[in-house]
Amino acid sequence: MKIFKDKIFRFFVIFFSFLSIVPLLFFFFTILKKGFTAINWEFLTSLPKPPGEIGGGILNGIVGSFILIFLASFFSIPTGIFLGLFLYEFSDKKFGEFCNTLIDVLQGIPSIVIGIIAYLWIVKQMDHFSAISGAIALSLIFLPIIIKSTKESLQMIPFSLIESSLSLGATYPRTILKVILPCSLNGIISGILTGIGRIAGETAPLLFTAFGNPFLNFNILKPVSSLPHLIFVYTMSPYENWHKHAWGCALILVIIVLFLNSISKIGFRRWKVKL
Amino acid sequence: MESEIIKIEDFSAGYGNSIAIKDINLGILKNKITAIMGPSGCGKTTLIRCINRMHELNKDAFHKGNIYLDGKNIFEMNTVLLRRRIGMVFQKPNPFPHLTIYENVLAGYIINGIKLRKEERDRIVEETLKKVALWEEVKDKLYLNGTQFSGGQQQRLCIARVLALNPEIILLDEPTSSLDPKSTIEIENLLEKLKNNVTIIIVTHNISQASRIADYVAFLYLGELIEFGKSEKIFTAPENPITEEYLSGKFG
Repeated sequence: MKIFKDKIFRFFVIFFSFLSIVPLLFFFFTILKKGFTAINWEFLTSLPKPPGEIGGGILNGIVGSFILIFLASFFSIPTGIFLGLFLYEFSDKKFGEFCNTLIDVLQGIPSIVIGIIAYLWIVKQMDHFSAISGAIALSLIFLPIIIKSTKESLQMIPFSLIESSLSLGATYPRTILKVILPCSLNGIISGILTGIGRIAGETAPLLFTAFGNPFLNFNILKPVSSLPHLIFVYTMSPYENWHKHAWGCALILVIIVLFLNSISKIGFRRWKVKL
Repeated sequence: MESEIIKIEDFSAGYGNSIAIKDINLGILKNKITAIMGPSGCGKTTLIRCINRMHELNKDAFHKGNIYLDGKNIFEMNTVLLRRRIGMVFQKPNPFPHLTIYENVLAGYIINGIKLRKEERDRIVEETLKKVALWEEVKDKLYLNGTQFSGGQQQRLCIARVLALNPEIILLDEPTSSLDPKSTIEIENLLEKLKNNVTIIIVTHNISQASRIADYVAFLYLGELIEFGKSEKIFTAPENPITEEYLSGKFG
C-alpha cells in the first residue's frame, strides 16, 4: 500500500511539473519559428524603412536598448551596492527596517506607474522625451533588485571571517572593502545580471519617457527606441512586414535575457568564493 | 628574568545582565605558554577575547577593571595597533576564502592597506611559512586558494597570517578542537618552537594538551580564577579541591 501511494505521488509530481513546462516549450517554439526567419544581417544592422517598403532592421532598437541599459546601470549599480551595504549594516535598527519596507514597496510598484512618475519628474521638466528619462525610470526598477541581492549576499558572509579580519588589526571600513565585499562579489554580480535581464524587457515605463525613435540616436537627451518598445510598435501596426520584425525583435530579446540569466546562474556557482 | 607582559587587574566582563568572568587577577609571563583551562562556559574565551579587545565587538558587552600590556592600559590604546601586537587564532580554521595562500599569509598587510615591495613580500611569506612548517607542503601551491587544504594546514596558515605581523602575543582559542590528533600534535610542536619569540596564551579544555605544552596554567571555574601556577605544580599537586576534581575528570 505504501509503495502504491508513493507511486501515485510520484506520478502527480512528474505530471504537473511536465504540465508546467509545456507552455514554456510552446512559447520558445513559436518565437523561434516566427522570429528565426526575420533575422538576418540586414535586420540587425540597418534602420527601419518606411511602411510598405520591404527590408529594414532594428538597429535603432538595439542601440537604444544598449544606451538605456548602460545609463540605468550607471545610475543604479553604485547606488544599489551602497544602499545594500547600508541595509546590511543597519537592518536590525528601526531606520533600516523602515528602509527595507520602502524597498519592498518600490519593488512592488507596477512599472507603468514608475513610467508616469519619470514622465512627471523629468519629461515634463525637460519638455521633451529623452533617453535619460527612460533610463531613470528603468533604474527605479533596477535599484531594488541590486539592493536586495547585495544585502542578501553580504548576509551570507560568516561572522568568523569578519572577526579574523578585525583581529588582524583591520578597521571596520577596510574589512568591508577587503573582505566582505570581495567574498560576496559573485552574489552581487549575479544580482546585477538578473536585473539587467529584467530591465532589458521592460516596455511600459519607456512608453512615455524614452518614447521611441525611428532614427539612430546616440544623444541621451533625445528620444531613443528600444527592443521591447519596437515590439510594441510593430505589433500594433497594420503592416505584415512589421509584424515579422516584431517577432525577430522578440527572439533577440528572449535570447539576450536567457543569456544574461544563464551567465548569472553559472557565474554564481563558478565565481562563488567557497566559504 | 621573567617579566610580566600582561597584567590583568580586578577584571570582570560579560554580556548584558550576565557576568562571564569576575574579579580576575592574572599576570602572563613573557615568552611562556600559558594555558587557560576550565569546563565549558567558564569564561575562558571571554577572557582572552578581552585581551585583544575583541569582546567589545559583541552587542551589549561590558567590562570592568583593567588589563595592562607592558604597563600600558589596553583600554586606552588604539584597537588597531593593539590587535597588531596581539594576534588571535580562532577555534575553526578560517583562512580568507577569496585570497590565495600567498595572500593569506600577507592578509594583515593587504587588508590594512600596507604596501610592501615584492622582495619583502616574498621574504615574509617564505619565512613565516617556514616558521609554521608549512613551506615544504605548499611552496609549489602558493597561488591556490587556502580553503583547499586540510584542516591542520589551514590552521597553520591562520597562525602564519598572525605571525606575519610580528605580534608580541598570540591568543589561541581552542585552536585544535576541530582538528585530528596528528594535526593537533603538529600545532602543539609548532607552539613549543614559537614561544622563543612570542608569548602564547592558549584556551583549551583538553587537559592532556595543557599538560603537554603549557608552562603555566590558569584554571577558571564559573567565571572565577580558581588557581594559577606552574603547570608541573597544578598537574601534580593542585591546591584547590575544585582543580583536582576537574583534572581527575570528575566533571568537565
